Amino acid sequence: MDRTTWQPAVYAALKAARITQIGYVPDAGHAHLIEAAHADPEMAAIVLTTEEEGIALAAGAWLGGQRAALLMQSSGVGNCINMLSLPINCRMPFFTIVTMRGEWSEFNPWQVPMGSATEAVLKAAGVHVRRADHAEEVVELVAASARLAFDSCIPVAVLLSQRLIGAKVWVK
Amino acid sequence: MALDRRAVVAELLRDAADTPGGELLVVTGLGSSTYDAGAAGDRDLNFYLWGAMGGAAMIGLGMALAQPARRVLVLTGDGEMLMGLGSLATIAALKPANLSIAVLDNGQFGETGQQRSHTALGADLAAIAAGCGWATTCEVRDMAGVAALRPRLRGEAMFAVVHIAGGEVPRHLPPRDGAHLAHRFRDRLGIVD
Repeated sequence: MDRTTWQPAVYAALKAARITQIGYVPDAGHAHLIEAAHADPEMAAIVLTTEEEGIALAAGAWLGGQRAALLMQSSGVGNCINMLSLPINCRMPFFTIVTMRGEWSEFNPWQVPMGSATEAVLKAAGVHVRRADHAEEVVELVAASARLAFDSCIPVAVLLSQRLIGAKVWVK
Repeated sequence: MALDRRAVVAELLRDAADTPGGELLVVTGLGSSTYDAGAAGDRDLNFYLWGAMGGAAMIGLGMALAQPARRVLVLTGDGEMLMGLGSLATIAALKPANLSIAVLDNGQFGETGQQRSHTALGADLAAIAAGCGWATTCEVRDMAGVAALRPRLRGEAMFAVVHIAGGEVPRHLPPRDGAHLAHRFRDRLGIVD
């Protein structure tokens, strides 16, 4: 299974989870999901100025009876920490897909500190973390993690490893 | 005479059922705005923030998108709005027709000892909102203006700054258990899943 196969299947899994709002801070690894969300008249696709906006967005969606997801890259996790108190205090679901940087063939050293800390930071803030390293597991992992988040009303993050996404090519 | 925040909020929130689409949905920002809304009368469709500073406007956006037939009002302070300035650009990019924001601006961080905020040091929130793309902004400085603002907040997509008096007022503490607040809000809207 390659990227052209699993990326549409991940979008289908978000639809199957009845997600109707997607907030995002762009990342190349999320490009397909972002395009698919904008092309889908039944999906609100919301570009954010900073990642924690997506956590508040998801809380508002839940209060209003809809489900939201946040797409971000690992550097954005650091922006989210205090806002995670919102779903945790309110026993709301929160679901995010995080593309990893700074861990596999990374060219930009500025990505390494947050990339190295992403999983520990999320766990310390009370988020349940799942990680996909192989194309074969991504779709099932996203689908199961979305169910976990929305059915059990807990915050869940799926990390898509940089090996899986493919390291950014800086010099072509 | 400078506006009393409790009188302002009591006027803005009164007769919540008198709102197009059904009872007004209210999100309040951390701190005094939460106390003001509670003092005006606790209700299931008030969602109070006791934390998550900077998140009020975006909660309003998610709610407004999820409930397009309802009106959503975000009621917050200058400090809370300043922490979420980017959300003004995010909301303006979508332009939901059913969301308004009212900022109670006293130029102070009231919760922590009345330190001066950026709005006392030159920042103009209405101009910032307009610069982000909000088509309708206004500033209010007297109770006649507040009375005129009330129906506009429930009928337009607007960003309003209400200039209120500084200083402390006695605390009024509405419920603060987040799960309770969320559950009663959803129950009142009849949301089951």
